[in-house]
Amino acid sequence: MEFSVNSPVLFVLAGIVILAVLAQSAYFLAKAWRRAKAIGMDMDKLRRIARTAAIFTIAPAVAIVISVITLAKDLGVPLPWLRLSVVGSMSYETIAATNAESAMGLTFGQVSALTARQYVTIVCVMTLSIMVGIWLVPLIGKKLQNGLITLENRDKKWGDILSASMFIGMISAFLGYVFCDFSTVFTGDMSGLIPPMVMAVSALVMCLCGLAVKKLKWPWISDYALPISLVTGMASAIPITALLG
Amino acid sequence: MGSERTYMDSVHRDGRVWNLSIMALLFLFPAAVAVIYGVLPDWNGLLMGLIATAPMYWAVAVVETFTYVPMLGAGGSYLSFVTGNISNLKLPVALNALDQADVKVNSEEGEIVSTVSIAVSSIVTTFIIILGVLLITPLTPVLNAPVLEPAFAQILPALFGGLGVVFISKNWKIAVAPVILMLALFIAVPALNAGTVGIMVPVGVLFTLGVSRVLYKKGLL
Repeated sequence: MEFSVNSPVLFVLAGIVILAVLAQSAYFLAKAWRRAKAIGMDMDKLRRIARTAAIFTIAPAVAIVISVITLAKDLGVPLPWLRLSVVGSMSYETIAATNAESAMGLTFGQVSALTARQYVTIVCVMTLSIMVGIWLVPLIGKKLQNGLITLENRDKKWGDILSASMFIGMISAFLGYVFCDFSTVFTGDMSGLIPPMVMAVSALVMCLCGLAVKKLKWPWISDYALPISLVTGMASAIPITALLG
Repeated sequence: MGSERTYMDSVHRDGRVWNLSIMALLFLFPAAVAVIYGVLPDWNGLLMGLIATAPMYWAVAVVETFTYVPMLGAGGSYLSFVTGNISNLKLPVALNALDQADVKVNSEEGEIVSTVSIAVSSIVTTFIIILGVLLITPLTPVLNAPVLEPAFAQILPALFGGLGVVFISKNWKIAVAPVILMLALFIAVPALNAGTVGIMVPVGVLFTLGVSRVLYKKGLL
């Protein structure tokens, strides 16, 4: 059989794996939903949470589609479709594909037609390099979580602070990242201001949503505050980039 | 408590089965391509590619596992480490859902809320990517339009602006020191950028835990 990076057989193989991943998500969703009912959780609230999660996901998921399109130029559609539906991310897949291709004397972004052998090699590099998280969570996840629960039960207040500290630590790293190009401003290049300004718009919109909930008594806004601030922030990037980019 | 333990145990049991099965399936993809086309990998290319790629990503994955599992809960972790895009999608979704429900991730309600939000997000993402793949020809010029490029380039600032307000306003005493540290580091150290932010997450978490512990011991929290 003649090889092509867009061969129908590759679509079928990728589709099988993606179907299995979809089944896992559906299984855990059904399991959690049943448990929520069994312990008498507010199901309306849970439905609202599910709806917010779905709406919030749309914009980042469209960005993932763009990554599929970008990677498809070299690797065809099935492989990026698989890699970005399971485990991967744009930056990781690009680095893995670049390293695998350069190890075979190819240049990422300039490959016109991969052979089956080159393709299998690239897929192996991508798969083997990213697999740790999938098997490490089954190995240590339970112990890690039980340890944390024991710690929290020993000192309830510290347990709450511990959870909040982990979230804040993660968020602070990303807030720092937003300013990683800020120093360009000192050399007269204002493009480093774009991410902080987008972040400021998003933060401002989130504050306005909070005000609408408190002052205008619009509690429904709180369900959509994060998706609204995300999309508004992204939209603001267009004029801000035109101005400073 | 008994049934709670049973539920959590069953989440871990099912998660292990699912993740290890998906792992096997992922390995079957290159194996099937190799068999169908009658080829073997370029062993030299494979080795060199792995040497250049694997050590860093294995290290990052170990650190991410220890950092993210306590924040995602059990079901959320099994799902997130299979579906990927954790820091830019799954974790923010879970954090927002936990905040919306006003529950802690290590309570049973928190475990359920985190799992539901991440599962819904994974399903929606998968369907949107499928739609994107089916419509790739008409969508490519639209999604690659220069006018939209800045919007998609700024997803993380737009995401963490909103999320930051929610969590920092509720925990400002905890947040002051790590935010100042991270701002200083990212502005002053050119090597810190989009490629290295993942490594700075555990640094931020450990630093914040240390600061919080000191503040807590001094009765300031």
